[in-house]
Amino acid sequence: MLSPVLCSELSALEPEYTEADVISAVEFSQSGEFLATGDKGGRVVIFQREPLGEYNVYSTFQSHEPEFDYLKSLEIEEKINKIRWLPQLNSAHFLLTTNDKTIKLWKVSERDKRPEGYNLKDEEGRMKDISKITSLQVPVLRPMDLLVEASLRRVFANAHAYHINSISINSDCETYLSADDLRINLWNLDITDRSFNIVDLKPENMEELSEVITVAEFHPHHCHLMAFSSSTGTTRLCDMRSRALCDQHAKLFEEAVDPANRSFFSEIISSVSDVKFSHSGRYLLTRDYLSAKVWDLNMENKPVETYQVHDYLRSKLCTLYESDCIFDKFECAWNGTDSVIMTGAYNNFFRMFDRASRRDVTLEASREVCKRRAVLRPRRVCVGRKKRESDVSVDSLDFRKKILHTAWHPTDNIIAIAASNNLYIFQDRHSHHGHHAGHRLEQDRPPQLQDAPPQ
Amino acid sequence: MISAAECAVDAQSLISISLRKIHNSRTQRGGIKLHKNLLVSYVLRNARQVYMNEKYAEIYRMQQYEEVMTVCNEIQELDPLDVVAASDECEEVGASEQQCCAGGMASEPPSLCGAQPCSSPTTPEEACKPSEPLFYRSCCAEPYPLPPSPSPCDFSPAHCNKTTVLDLDTHVVTTVENGCLHQDCCTPLQPCSSPAKKRKVSDYSCCYYAPELEDTSAEPAPCKRAKLEDCCSDCLDTANISNLISIFGSGFSGLVSRQADLEQAFNGQFCSKQALASLGAWTRAIVAF
Repeated sequence: MLSPVLCSELSALEPEYTEADVISAVEFSQSGEFLATGDKGGRVVIFQREPLGEYNVYSTFQSHEPEFDYLKSLEIEEKINKIRWLPQLNSAHFLLTTNDKTIKLWKVSERDKRPEGYNLKDEEGRMKDISKITSLQVPVLRPMDLLVEASLRRVFANAHAYHINSISINSDCETYLSADDLRINLWNLDITDRSFNIVDLKPENMEELSEVITVAEFHPHHCHLMAFSSSTGTTRLCDMRSRALCDQHAKLFEEAVDPANRSFFSEIISSVSDVKFSHSGRYLLTRDYLSAKVWDLNMENKPVETYQVHDYLRSKLCTLYESDCIFDKFECAWNGTDSVIMTGAYNNFFRMFDRASRRDVTLEASREVCKRRAVLRPRRVCVGRKKRESDVSVDSLDFRKKILHTAWHPTDNIIAIAASNNLYIFQDRHSHHGHHAGHRLEQDRPPQLQDAPPQ
Repeated sequence: MISAAECAVDAQSLISISLRKIHNSRTQRGGIKLHKNLLVSYVLRNARQVYMNEKYAEIYRMQQYEEVMTVCNEIQELDPLDVVAASDECEEVGASEQQCCAGGMASEPPSLCGAQPCSSPTTPEEACKPSEPLFYRSCCAEPYPLPPSPSPCDFSPAHCNKTTVLDLDTHVVTTVENGCLHQDCCTPLQPCSSPAKKRKVSDYSCCYYAPELEDTSAEPAPCKRAKLEDCCSDCLDTANISNLISIFGSGFSGLVSRQADLEQAFNGQFCSKQALASLGAWTRAIVAF
């Protein structure tokens, strides 16, 4: 058991930032040109990729505000839980953002021209003296400094009694789903006053509650297929063609638990914290507390690959339970070619696993280690004695520094890592040489850092 | 398997930690998180089961078949002071032969529970002694139809309608009152062997996986509340538990009842639908807020 000192230190945050600045969602747009982040304060910051490959701030807006539910006497947090981009149809960009209760559709558009030469108003907007107007003019559009506006287009509210944990846009680009702890609803992007309930796990008697929905996602190509994971460690694939209410699953992905490994915390560590379809649509990536698993959609009884992210924590579960760290929900990501998967860990570490070569790397995203243009060194966590100077001992891991949210560019080897209030964007060194976008990330050539300023 | 050496201490501390988490979740910003509280209730259930199993293992180890009657006699001679002369205390078993009555519990399954024929059948009323009550743990795996009333049964002898059962397998005496099963927080047989340890709930070192049992561990039954106040200081966080009861306002009846139908009891598998159902009181309290 760890010493009590570690537990108490977990409650103290670094003084440099406030809780509201902690990033809670990271998402690349479908083309990869934009990167959106959401934080606990309800703000969204959008970065745009510059021609040279860097990402700079494009737009910032306040998406959600704290609300109060008077009926239940509950405060509704403004924390952004998920952001999802719509496919781009015209010059504007649309994205969905959600907090615990309300989903919003935002339109982000540019304005680089403005009309000048109004008849009744002058340049500052003051009314002109009518008696001084001698002729009429037609206002003309003149170039102006680029202005990026974010405007709220739709509000999808009052459809969830429980906390929304995921949203996912269908491949048909017309509908999307939103999932809370017990229900999944299907929306039309244009209709805000009604939604269809497609999954309902709420038992007749709440005393019999045994599982909750943790994540839900649409299949990338088949608009009738969706997957959702549960707190019991199972992932279900549902076909919306078979029936309106998809409580009955088409497939159930569950791996038998080895009874020899049972502990007090077996249920907690088996709870699935993220589900991602591969880009090909053939595989599912699930993340539970200690591992990441790749499932073939055609095989339900066990995953095709299991990657231990930080199995050395297995002996520390009690301490992690006391500090609430065991409830952390790590996300996971595929690269563009589905050959590498990535997920976060503690101590600002994140891990990448190459599926074909079975090689993996642990990297650190922190200000002390990351310098601009510097190549990241692989890190190692050791359980016993340090074999190398650069090794990090398990007991010295900082559990306050957790990388829960990571995102991979849809085609290029660019990754976005959120570490508390900082966003790190890394790219593969080889991309500078114009290599093919699908170039694999190799362990002996760690990615190069491109630092993005904090929000 | 959960390592036996760490079982006892961890189980108790986990129980109190879990209860504290559930309590704190009420005041957390954003409302109660159903997922987290569900997971905490799983830990609570696991810890509770381990704790109970250890206690039963302790009892089982200390019992010998030949000592059944002796034990019963010793129970009769229990010092009333041990039982704390309070009306809400547990009920003391009466005459030895009255303990053996299994007839009243016809509904009990014979799994571990001793549906053994009683040598001297007695009526429930005879078994009910109008003295300080001392409740004994039930070994019964059958769910009892607990009424969903928030208030625990009235333990005063005047209102009791009890049936007392002795399980000849585990040598545990059970008293059923008003359809509710009352369990002891410490066994009646322990005083026979070591009176000083009677109320220590942390002295369990063995890990014995008995079939699912009506739990006592952190259950804040009123009888236990008064008794545990006498316990050693490193007992369960009883004060906190009592406070939690009043805060939640429900009787945790879901956790007390229905430890039923547990297959795979001896290989340490905890899960069963009805054991999960016993989490109901927690989720009910959670959802209510």
